[in-house]
Amino acid sequence: MLEIKNLHAKVEGEDIEILKGVNLKVNAGEIHAIMGPNGSGKSTLSKVVSGHPEYEVTEGEILFNGEDITELDADERAHLGLFLAFQYPVEVPGITNKTLLREAYNTIARANDREELDPIEFEDYITEKLDVIEMKDEFLSRSINTGFSGGEKKKNEIFQMAVLNPVLSFLDETDSGLDIDALKVVSDGVNKIANDKNAIVMITHYQRLLNYIKPDYVHVMMAGKLIKSGGFELAEELEANGYDALEKELVLNGEAQ
Amino acid sequence: MSEELSDGVKELESMIGEEYKYGFTTDVEYEDFPKGISEEIVRELSRVKEEPEWMTEFRVKAYHAWKEMEEPTWFNATYNKPDFENLLYYSAPKKKPQLDSLDDVDPNIRETYEKLGIPLEEQKMLSGVAVDAVFDSVSIFTSFKEKLAEAGVIFCSMSEAIKEHPELVKKYLASVVPVRDNFYSALNSAVFSDGSFCYIPKNTKCPMELSTYFRINNMNSGQFERTLIVAEEGASVSYLEGCTAPMYDENQLHAAVVELVALDNADIKYSTIQNWYSGDENGKGGIYNFVTKRGICKGKNSHISWTQLETGSAVTLKYPSVILKGDNSVGEFYSVAVTTKKQQADTGTKMIHLGKNTKSTIISKGISAGQSNNSYRGEVKISKNATGSKNYSVCDSMLIGQECGAHTFPYISSENPTSSVEHEATTSRVGEEQIFYLMQRGISEQDAISMIINGFVKDVLKELPLEFAVEANKLLDVKLEGSVG
Ligand SMILES: Nc1ncnc2c1ncn2[C@@H]1O[C@H](COP(=O)(O)OP(=O)(O)OP(=O)(O)O)[C@@H](O)[C@H]1O
Ligand SMILES: [Mg+2]
Repeated sequence: MLEIKNLHAKVEGEDIEILKGVNLKVNAGEIHAIMGPNGSGKSTLSKVVSGHPEYEVTEGEILFNGEDITELDADERAHLGLFLAFQYPVEVPGITNKTLLREAYNTIARANDREELDPIEFEDYITEKLDVIEMKDEFLSRSINTGFSGGEKKKNEIFQMAVLNPVLSFLDETDSGLDIDALKVVSDGVNKIANDKNAIVMITHYQRLLNYIKPDYVHVMMAGKLIKSGGFELAEELEANGYDALEKELVLNGEAQ
Repeated sequence: MSEELSDGVKELESMIGEEYKYGFTTDVEYEDFPKGISEEIVRELSRVKEEPEWMTEFRVKAYHAWKEMEEPTWFNATYNKPDFENLLYYSAPKKKPQLDSLDDVDPNIRETYEKLGIPLEEQKMLSGVAVDAVFDSVSIFTSFKEKLAEAGVIFCSMSEAIKEHPELVKKYLASVVPVRDNFYSALNSAVFSDGSFCYIPKNTKCPMELSTYFRINNMNSGQFERTLIVAEEGASVSYLEGCTAPMYDENQLHAAVVELVALDNADIKYSTIQNWYSGDENGKGGIYNFVTKRGICKGKNSHISWTQLETGSAVTLKYPSVILKGDNSVGEFYSVAVTTKKQQADTGTKMIHLGKNTKSTIISKGISAGQSNNSYRGEVKISKNATGSKNYSVCDSMLIGQECGAHTFPYISSENPTSSVEHEATTSRVGEEQIFYLMQRGISEQDAISMIINGFVKDVLKELPLEFAVEANKLLDVKLEGSVG
């Protein structure tokens, strides 16, 4: 589904290279987790894949279902089914959650020759989705993320994911900021959305999330590269020993630069 | 996104790159005065307009008052002062100014209004909107006059009102904006050429929207129009004003005075879409829009509401105000001011609470893009006797890009402890992050921008009459096209 090959990216117009040769392959039905120290480039990777204009791909390619999407605008990538749950969801005053989602849903439907929903049909559809993460319907008529608490913003991202039903989702630290109960509810929601046709890439700092949403693969990102991949046990190892130990081990093995 | 909005966006796509689409000129023969101003010019103007003696004297007095006044400089804008000696104070198309039938209108002028989307034929007009078309200095045509007359409503050009309804004009002209109120009101009182006059009799709801469409065509002429709206006890009216001008490299002066009078239980709603030419990227050309607009809620329970969408002009100085004299009267000001390129707008309102239990609401939304400068200046004054009065003000600014400016200058004074004044102000920037967020959800860049802008201004635009609201959305989209990114 997604194939990232030797991806290098820098800040547009500047000489700051952040991604330094990322390789990643994600198939339908898989759940991946990316872990890594602060500033290692995890969010940047998710933004570059989604088409954020602030970054420029200088080398490598991003293939989505075989198509190179590096030149596509963010909205065109979204039409292909790419979704990003932001680490820091943006407040957009004046536009309600519902307006955004109806417009987004129908735009994506149009781009894929699927049927659009009229406002009444959409109302039913969206109300159903509220249950997925036990969200109150008052959030529908509030401006996007405006005045939402930190946890509410994160929840709202997964709610949007449920409504838009993407093919591939990047969840950037969705667990940070959620209380214990909310984390469970949101994780249940993600598990409900996950199926054998879609895929999820979670970025997280904590093994706790992975206890709720079981990843098939765990990757470690450091200094702009995915330096190690493994299964769930890699997360446990990191939780126990930290990144330093991993880095040393890799140096000893001559795998790190 | 609403239906109109997405239509507006589609429309927008076809307009991309179109810039200011009203910038054409009309080829007409003019009857001009020599340039410059003097008592002789003022008298000659009055004579050409066949005005009665009292009007001539009104003008001459105003001229002398103006001569002694200083041009104001207190606002947040810089520009080359108009050269008052180099202006044309009267410029009328040569054909007979006041016309009985549309057939008499110069075909070129008729075509102009067609192009502007304001056909003058009644059957082609928006149903339920009567139009007074002002071309440079004179009113060209007023539609639906007869239908309005049946309801007792007088809607005609100011020139005609001076001749046909002198008692009303004498009683109310300059009763809200005194001649000496400010430099430009004095100048306007001396040389105003035309404008609209509306009178709604007692207990009458005006059967249709009234509107005036102003067009400055002649390059060197100033436009000084004068509008007076009087709503008698229990009367109500909704009035719309639209304006455009051709693109010239020279600045043109527009100095209007608008007065509204609402008696007991009367209701006046005044809406403006101002789209004068705003000059080019380098700030060359464009209209100086120096306008005095004021209404008085003279009677108890009366209501005056100003709604404006200001998108044009090189420099705008404009503060539509309400004097709340009658007990329980209500004043409202809803404004969206958009500046792009090198435009400068200093606009806002004054709410003067004199009567008991008077209420005022101010909602001002400023959008600045390019290298423009957008200031809000609002005064709320609650006098000693205005027991139980309330004001609520919201003043939000949105910045697009890094080179523009937004400023808020509230002036609040309350001399009555039982009254309350509430003021909120915010400034936000339309960020790349917001646009990216919406685009990540599948929305195109242009739709994202237009959603953000429309979300920002919707509290104001919903106050506009429906036909205007659609127009307004489109205008905003075109105006801000390409401002981000
Ligand atoms: N626009 C930018 N300009 C300059 N530096 C940037 C920019 N965007 C990202 N960076 C830098 O790139 C590095 C990676 O940032 P990124 O946000 O991807 O880290 P992260 O792995 O998500 O960290 P965290 O775990 O703290 O969220 C950081 O050092 C960051 O400061
Ligand atoms: Mg991050």
